[in-house]
Amino acid sequence: MRRAGLLAEWLPPLVVIVLAFAIWEAGVALLRVPDFILPAPSKVWMALLRWREAIWFNASQTLYTTLVGFAMALVGGMGLGLAIGYSTLVYRALYPLLVGFNSVPKAAIVPVLVIWFGIGTVPAILTAFLISFFPIVVNVATGLATLEPELQDVLLSLGASKREIFTKVGIPRSLPYFFASLKVSVTLAFVGAVISETVASNKGIGYLMIAASSRFEVPLVFAGLIVVAAMGVALFACFAVIEHRLTGWAYRGPALTA
Amino acid sequence: MIEPAATEAFVRLDGVTLDYQHEGQPVRAVEDVSLNVRQGEFVVVAGPSGCGKTTLLKVLAGLVVPGKGSASVGSVQVRGPQKNVGMAFQNPILLPWRKVIDNVLLPMEVVAPHKARFRRHRAEYVAQARELLASVGLEGFGDRHPWQISGGQQQRASLCRALIHNPQILLLDEPFGALDAFTREELWQVLQALWMQRRFTVLLVTHDLREAVFLADTVYVMSTRPGRIVSRTPVDIPRPRTLEDTFGAQFTDTYHEIRRQIGEVLGR
Repeated sequence: MRRAGLLAEWLPPLVVIVLAFAIWEAGVALLRVPDFILPAPSKVWMALLRWREAIWFNASQTLYTTLVGFAMALVGGMGLGLAIGYSTLVYRALYPLLVGFNSVPKAAIVPVLVIWFGIGTVPAILTAFLISFFPIVVNVATGLATLEPELQDVLLSLGASKREIFTKVGIPRSLPYFFASLKVSVTLAFVGAVISETVASNKGIGYLMIAASSRFEVPLVFAGLIVVAAMGVALFACFAVIEHRLTGWAYRGPALTA
Repeated sequence: MIEPAATEAFVRLDGVTLDYQHEGQPVRAVEDVSLNVRQGEFVVVAGPSGCGKTTLLKVLAGLVVPGKGSASVGSVQVRGPQKNVGMAFQNPILLPWRKVIDNVLLPMEVVAPHKARFRRHRAEYVAQARELLASVGLEGFGDRHPWQISGGQQQRASLCRALIHNPQILLLDEPFGALDAFTREELWQVLQALWMQRRFTVLLVTHDLREAVFLADTVYVMSTRPGRIVSRTPVDIPRPRTLEDTFGAQFTDTYHEIRRQIGEVLGR
């Protein structure tokens, strides 16, 4: 991409972020908000530097649980999505259960997971998995369900089997849906891991924030929030790039979204 | 009506009647349709929209089973999806993730006996596909993606995909319906040239009578629903027909004759 193009792409979000921090900083200073209610960005930055080792340790734990849970969701979601898209029977049998399951707030499941697996890594991984699983299933199944009937006719009248139609057309066609769901799912997985850590863990960025808030280290709480946000953006961006690389054919014109 | 003798028929529809369910009620799509197509004949079925033309093609492709009557291709009765039919529709439905050439080659990956040898003899098949693309004026477009070429070019590629495996019959469902008039007339000539070169058996359905007269050896006219065949008109204009011919007396006479028959069908 040309230099001017890069600048045009990165300048607006950068300006907005810098401006938001500037207003925050000025607002806190002008209204004399105490640190334990809303610390200024400069204070948050200082907390970030001061606690960088603890933050780094806990953030990498969260990243680990997120990615393991997400990997499970990816495999399971793709598999179940394909099964649902392939067979109307599987679709009818499982869909109501899936929708019902997705409606259960995942925070409510964490205590159950803790009873089963104890506090720590495992409930975080499972919460990340449970929360990020559903969008992948639905998207993959949608990609398969929206196959043009004429295309099926063309292939059927060539003597193609159902399996051939599935592999030659169904799967490639569902890939853009799959990748679109990944960037949503990965951020959800992150939310799941952090929720589980805040409820029941002794490691992770969620735990760090809860521990800090119980000690009124509010700047550290905010440092944790900012780290969470930054990691979310980074993961989203990673999968947006992968999506664009692998299914560029689905984006014909200048992209409207990331 | 003078039908070709049943013995020389390659494709036959015999008393085909078909209902489909619409909101729980059976609706008769076509009724007692019989027609015979010789090998290498270009047949056009013309009629007002919603007269069950598409249903006839689906019966021939084995995608739907008629309630009464039967269909046969090459003296074999159609009992399920056919193995060796070429189809093209109004919408080119090319696969966007495949290059044009790979779209054209799709049937080779599916149709026996080609699918067994496709991987090992790929170069040979690619050459064949490039030649076919060149013959419809798509030389050098094989490596583009479908969305990088125009609608008319996509429809050309769609025709190539329907023909690459030398199907027993080619079924075309209003293939030029979505194109502008200039492109459409250009593609009539492309299709005619392909047909004259390869002499495949083709059934094309359309509601465009000029298209019917330009392309057909024989035009069948269908009535509104339930669709029946109401007339059969041979078109004897010598080939290759040119766009100039469409203004000639023979063309316009045939056109008006068929137009009159459709007028009777519609009762106006």
